[in-house]
Amino acid sequence: MDFFSSADLITALPLVFLTGWACILLLVAAFAGKRPGLLPALSLAGLLATAYLLVSQMGLEAEAFGGMFVTDGFSTFINLVLALGGVLSIALSYDYLQRMGIAKPEYYVLMLFSLSGMMLMASAADLIVVFLALELLSIPLYVLAAIGRPDARSEEAGLKYFLLGAFASGFLVYGIALVYGATGTTLLSGVVAAAAAGLEYPIYLVLGAGLILVGLGFKVAAVPFHMWTPDVYDGSPTSVTAFMAVGAKAAGFAALLRIFVAAFPSISEQITPVLFAMCAATLIIGNLLAISQSNVKRMLAYSSISHAGFILMAVVAYGNDAVRFDVVSSALFYLLGFTFASFGSWAVVMAMEKGLGRGLDFKDYAGLFRRSPGLAIAMLVFMLSFAGVPPTLGFAGKFYLFRAVLEGGYVWLAIVGVVASLISAYYYLRLVVVMFMQDGEPEVHHEPVLKITAGLTAVATVLLFIFSEPLFAWASQALLRIF
Amino acid sequence: MIPVSYYFALSAILFSLGALGVLIRRNAIIIFMSVELMLNAANLLFVAFARANDALSGQVFVFFVIAVAAAEVAVGLALIVVIFRNRQSIDIDEMSNLKG
Repeated sequence: MDFFSSADLITALPLVFLTGWACILLLVAAFAGKRPGLLPALSLAGLLATAYLLVSQMGLEAEAFGGMFVTDGFSTFINLVLALGGVLSIALSYDYLQRMGIAKPEYYVLMLFSLSGMMLMASAADLIVVFLALELLSIPLYVLAAIGRPDARSEEAGLKYFLLGAFASGFLVYGIALVYGATGTTLLSGVVAAAAAGLEYPIYLVLGAGLILVGLGFKVAAVPFHMWTPDVYDGSPTSVTAFMAVGAKAAGFAALLRIFVAAFPSISEQITPVLFAMCAATLIIGNLLAISQSNVKRMLAYSSISHAGFILMAVVAYGNDAVRFDVVSSALFYLLGFTFASFGSWAVVMAMEKGLGRGLDFKDYAGLFRRSPGLAIAMLVFMLSFAGVPPTLGFAGKFYLFRAVLEGGYVWLAIVGVVASLISAYYYLRLVVVMFMQDGEPEVHHEPVLKITAGLTAVATVLLFIFSEPLFAWASQALLRIF
Repeated sequence: MIPVSYYFALSAILFSLGALGVLIRRNAIIIFMSVELMLNAANLLFVAFARANDALSGQVFVFFVIAVAAAEVAVGLALIVVIFRNRQSIDIDEMSNLKG
């Protein structure tokens, strides 16, 4: 009996390679001894090879493992963004971990395992695979959040993330069980076919979809499931925060988009109002809570909640067949812009951090422009991109997103989004005012990797704005496989 | 044969008990046990539906869920032990280093 063929393995090659490489590195980590640079170098090499395999798969659209795994333009796009995020996180981590005295070889291995979970999430075409991918993504992240031990804040972040993450998986599994009960299958293609053939108990499907939304809502930090975000982002070592801010969010939205667009269009009438309310609440509450923060890390945490709200705007319109593909591509494009600005801003935060959890207040950033103009200007670019001011990628992202939402007929949602952007400009620009106009003697760590990352992502944020049209065309080709 | 709706009712009760436990109890281990209750409520539902649909797949999923739950236990208990060593308590209300 054949469980799978070599064709399956080739379709899933980037993921298979990354997982295998992570397993090998786990062994290497045990014997790495006193060579601290070995593991990050090998991890980077593995990620670059994965990225190469992903690029070679561009344009491929195939199923594998009995339809449970899909490689399509959508998964390749998300996985390339994730690979980029992985490379940036590993580059940012090395010096930072040494400086904080928490360098451990297993750190990089855990990061690779978590990345392979994220990549699996983007390719999963079966709800059980989504669940397994989510756990593969999350369990290493729980450990990474607590890797600053014996620092009490980091341990606390790890436990909080773990308890709420496990709570969320409970909802997800129960939702999957209900969908299975309604349709007799967990394959996304099977769910569509069963829904088209008529269901005996359609209420199970709606309930199940709702619970799946709760489970994934925790992962992408959407209100009202966002309570963990500020604490976990704040307590985790900043390199981990940067990694999970982008990675977990990208993977969570990949699964959300694929599940809802591909499998649940038949119940969009019942689900869309829920998504609408969740999205509006995320936009408003995320931004309002960000205003009152005095700590940059927490401010960025709330800002990442509000960006989850913006990407959710795209998901709300998923049920409208006419804009279905615009919705997906605008979400992908927004995610790309968010990735650059997010990693860049975390690099600046790392350069300013004095010790685990110290040097993170707004007042610590006073006078940054005079002390280190490059970093201050880079941070200005990221804040403008977050707020959606041209000429940055963030503006282009919001432009395409709002266009998709308006074409989908959700005028009120677009209005909420514009108001949320205006509110967000206040707290982003407050940081800029502190950096450029207040006097102070900030302590800056001049680590080359941090500066290069901040510089490159800032340049990319501005330059890619000029090329946003071809870039969006690329995102539009990243089609989601529809059953 | 017992109708599926009975199983659904039982599992819904178990799931709600688990969710309430997570929200109400303050001891990290008890919260964790409540999460396990939620997962097992889902397992019960899987098995019941598998029997109702005359399909094996639902029973296979239960194995996946059990295996993942075990992996979660390994990491979760390790975290709880580390925290207990540090502060001799696993009451989550006492964890207030992070707030604002």
